[in-house]
Amino acid sequence: MYTQALNNPTVEAGVEDEQKLAAFQARIDREEKIEPNDWMPAAYRKTLVRQISQHAHSEVVGMLPEGNWVTRAPSLKRKAILLAKIQDEGGHGLYLYSAAETLGVSREELVDQLLSGKAKYSSIFNYPTLNWADVGAVGWLVDGAAILNQIPLCRCSFGPYSRAMTRICKEESFHQRQGYDLLIAMMKGTAAQQEMVQDAVNRLWWPALMMFGPSDKDSKHSAVSMKWKIKRFTNDELRQKFVDATAPQAKVLGISLPDPDLKLNEETGHWEHGEPDWDEFYNTIQGNGICNRQRMKDRIKAHEEGAWVREAAQAYAAKQAAKKSAALGGRT
Amino acid sequence: MSEQATPLWEVFIRARNGMSHRHAGSVHAADAEMALQAARDVYTRRGEGLSIWVVPSAAIIANDPDDKGQMFEPTASKIYRHPTFYELPDEVANM
Repeated sequence: MYTQALNNPTVEAGVEDEQKLAAFQARIDREEKIEPNDWMPAAYRKTLVRQISQHAHSEVVGMLPEGNWVTRAPSLKRKAILLAKIQDEGGHGLYLYSAAETLGVSREELVDQLLSGKAKYSSIFNYPTLNWADVGAVGWLVDGAAILNQIPLCRCSFGPYSRAMTRICKEESFHQRQGYDLLIAMMKGTAAQQEMVQDAVNRLWWPALMMFGPSDKDSKHSAVSMKWKIKRFTNDELRQKFVDATAPQAKVLGISLPDPDLKLNEETGHWEHGEPDWDEFYNTIQGNGICNRQRMKDRIKAHEEGAWVREAAQAYAAKQAAKKSAALGGRT
Repeated sequence: MSEQATPLWEVFIRARNGMSHRHAGSVHAADAEMALQAARDVYTRRGEGLSIWVVPSAAIIANDPDDKGQMFEPTASKIYRHPTFYELPDEVANM
């Protein structure tokens, strides 16, 4: 789930026309999609801009921990796969920025909000990828968690967001499967390689659970997002789905999950699990995680060092346009 | 009497709630508003649409069909971009 800090809709009291609000809610209740030109409450618009752009930023920043391993992938096959996945993440960021732009915000503003630290991105990308198995564990756990969050977002009430999510979900399956496939390969390897898998899972398990955002009892604004059908399930419901899906996969893989409280409740059919360290979560969201500073530094560097490319492209386009209009001018 | 050619517009229609606009065809019309009216009359007489976009045909930039090979062929060899490339154990096959 890439939208964890954004479960908090911006509620501005008393400024909207009551009749319009009622008609809007009725449309949502009928499962009609809201499209960019439709009337919508300012708070709905603002909440979506924040949520979609945070989601986009997460995709873009999410390229960094994986990019860390491109030059050290153990085979050409794994390198090609990793590159393809990173390319997808960049593409997902672009789909989402475009969806946010339909709400009247510019790409430049959104990028600026990320680089200035005003906008957040998912806490998960502030953890380092320390060994090659991390690449597999990111695919299996991080993309696995993202998928569970994103599937309900395909039914989100805002049309452009829901369509972007549908496109993204189609592409995510490859991400998770390549990760699991990578881990299986390592589990068939030496004892040292198996230990690398266990080490990666030990470090990424809890951060993956945190991707669903704070516990329901601390997520007080969730109700408005549910009412607006931006959100379809609560954080804890999604987290439970994730644990239920993942625990059996860990068994097949032959590794343990680092939660002593994890056990199957035969009656409910659900896996009971422990609580993530929420202090660590909030600390990371606030910018003090292991890699926050490095991630921002890398994004800013990429943006600044890319400035000449953007400028050159615009200068070239202006030159071509001038040439064309001169040619036309010569003829009339 | 010299008659100007009437501009051509491409018509995109959202057929159902939640779907994206899809290309339906084109119409000739003197301006954008008339193009919308004409598109409504030509393409949505039986409830085919909830929303219409018209775009000047001249504003659409298309790739050269002769470049199809270099545009799209490279993806054919990248079979690892598809989930089916990865064979997983039966117990987790629906991942």
